[in-house]
Amino acid sequence: MKEYRTNIMLCTGTECVNKGALEIKKALEEEVKKRGLEDEVVVIPTSCDGFCNAGPIMIVQPDGIFYQQVKVEHIPHLVEEHFLKGRPVKSLIYVPQKEAQPIARMKDIAFFREQRLITLRNRGLIDPEKIDEYIGRDGYKALVKVLTSMTPQEVIEEIKASGLRGRGGAGFPTGKKWEFCRAAKGEPKYMICNADEGDPGAFMDRSIIETDPHSILEGMVIGAYAIGASLGYVFIRIEYPLAIKRMEHAIEQAKNYGLLGENILGSDFSFEVKIFRGAGAFVCGEETALMASIEGRNPEPGQRPPFPAQSGLWDKPTNINNVETLANVAAIINRGAKWFAEIGTETSKGTKVFSLVGKVNNTGLVEVPMGITLRQMIYEIGGGIQNNKRFKAVQIGGPSGGCIPENLLDMPIDYEELIKVGAIMGSGGMIVMDENTCMVDITKYFLTFLNGESCGRCTSCRDGIDAMLEVVTRICEGKAIEEDIEFLEELAPVVKDASLCGLGQSAPNPLLSTLHHFRDEYLTHIKEKRCPAGVCKELIRYSINSEKCKACLLCVKACPSSAIFGEKKQPQTINIDKCIKCGVCREICKFDAVIII
Amino acid sequence: MDKLNEIIDKYRETEGALIPILQEAQEAFGYLPKDVLVGIGKGLKLPLSQIYGVVTFYSQFFLTPHGKYTIRACRGTACHVQGAKKIISTIENLINLKEGETSPDLKFTFETVACLGACALSPVMMVNKDYFGKMTPKKITTILSQY
Repeated sequence: MKEYRTNIMLCTGTECVNKGALEIKKALEEEVKKRGLEDEVVVIPTSCDGFCNAGPIMIVQPDGIFYQQVKVEHIPHLVEEHFLKGRPVKSLIYVPQKEAQPIARMKDIAFFREQRLITLRNRGLIDPEKIDEYIGRDGYKALVKVLTSMTPQEVIEEIKASGLRGRGGAGFPTGKKWEFCRAAKGEPKYMICNADEGDPGAFMDRSIIETDPHSILEGMVIGAYAIGASLGYVFIRIEYPLAIKRMEHAIEQAKNYGLLGENILGSDFSFEVKIFRGAGAFVCGEETALMASIEGRNPEPGQRPPFPAQSGLWDKPTNINNVETLANVAAIINRGAKWFAEIGTETSKGTKVFSLVGKVNNTGLVEVPMGITLRQMIYEIGGGIQNNKRFKAVQIGGPSGGCIPENLLDMPIDYEELIKVGAIMGSGGMIVMDENTCMVDITKYFLTFLNGESCGRCTSCRDGIDAMLEVVTRICEGKAIEEDIEFLEELAPVVKDASLCGLGQSAPNPLLSTLHHFRDEYLTHIKEKRCPAGVCKELIRYSINSEKCKACLLCVKACPSSAIFGEKKQPQTINIDKCIKCGVCREICKFDAVIII
Repeated sequence: MDKLNEIIDKYRETEGALIPILQEAQEAFGYLPKDVLVGIGKGLKLPLSQIYGVVTFYSQFFLTPHGKYTIRACRGTACHVQGAKKIISTIENLINLKEGETSPDLKFTFETVACLGACALSPVMMVNKDYFGKMTPKKITTILSQY
């Protein structure tokens, strides 16, 4: 392989591509050639670096200079200054919020500094479409070790000793899951990778597959060897076309290298993997529903027991692991259970990938050791709240999770601690909310989502969610009475207890956690008919502050319902009868003259 | 219907082939008209009611033709917090379509999606396979005018 003086690692994850990374690649290559540097400098497209907010980004190696928000027009200057003259370009270097000093090196930037990459160990370093690059980073080394020197039982013991728990939601110990399936009678056995990432606000599974598909395949083959499975499925949601493409490509390559298929690496072990494209149903994330979907049926969850380990896909023993869980497996085999178990907390070992999004300054995908505090996540890695607003809550665990308020920010993140405060680890979506987010509206949002996604099999889930939604909607509209809260508190536990699967059992969580931590906000809606965050349409009114209005008429042009009127060069007025409260005027106003009352 | 038989034949030996067949049929025909569903039923020896049940359960399948451009607005949690409602109402006003509708000239279809998985760029929308992030009502006007 040819060696270059400088490697420009250009992120080509979904977000950076959306912001023009491919145009930048072309411009860079042209400029490098124009300057006669093509034998010294190379542009390498990499997978997602995770710091999506700063995109398009590139890291110049070997010196580790981190450039952000790069545009095509910056390229000639950048190539001349940095790659020709050796002077990093200050204007493209990251400057943290509220600090004047730019930080040139990636490892010094707070967003990256606190991270510890195990699952995402190859991010930004390899081309995900080249198996050789994965192998060059110790890829498939664990598989060789397993097939040549370990018995299936030894693999299971190693994973058990590592303390690895499922990263998809419930956190069941992976080693135990494998052991149950190994012990079950029946042939063939199936190994399924659950990549039906349905939680709104979480995108780590997509990113891991796009970044490093072989790490998942390697985990799957090792798992299949441990439980004795001969056929595997990767269940990927259809909304992720790039992830599907990368996985198809990876499977093809692995087959060609003898790492999948008959007699893997010359051993007696054979294992085949197929992709199943999920057709768009949140409930498919539930194991029994997912299997029903592969069988071609409606994804209605089934009764457990029997558990999938005993009777799963086509009534055969089946093991289902989440993407992130599987991506940990090879690292554990390579470096040992002891190494893994030293990271994290007493009950939650290793790292966890979170999608840190919402109203924080630095949004993106971060992998941190378990036990890190929420405050570190939001204020150090996330760089604090956007526009200096006040933090209100962080929502963890998607529609099955809960909202955590400010006074609990110093709690460490692990499976048990999150449950104690009414949230769950879930798949790791972490949505930060500020003073402009209404907690009742968020609850309504989740209940609306769950109401649409409930498969309808259990009455408690189908009608229970609907009833909770109806009441919460009334609260948002200022039409509720205080007794309604009592009703919600009586109904929620019934939905929890009487539903068959995780969707229904956890559906009341967003409601219960906001009722517990933000009861005052509910009461303000009910008693004062007021939405303190200024979100609930029925309880707010838009108005124009005549002192601030400069009569630029931008709002008049933007208003979709022609509700804004007034004389030329005079402060404008909103006709409340016509106003549909879309808020476009407030967004477009340069003088903050549109207010919510 | 030759095309359909080709798809069905490809999966004849596969267990649980209904969903992949529906996916491929939809890719081939653009949507799932009644005669295609009847054809699949005959090919797989499945009652039409069962196929209809599956098609209407999943959000990916549709029974009516879609427009040339499908606009998908994300209503995931991160997008919701960042003002997805405003984005959705702006799109609705601009192309004069409600969620789930297709324009009579078959140019646009407007859908909302539970999560597009590009949360760091919220609020997000897609036109066919292109993502557009950090949306504002103003940006939407510019983007949609290109189509």
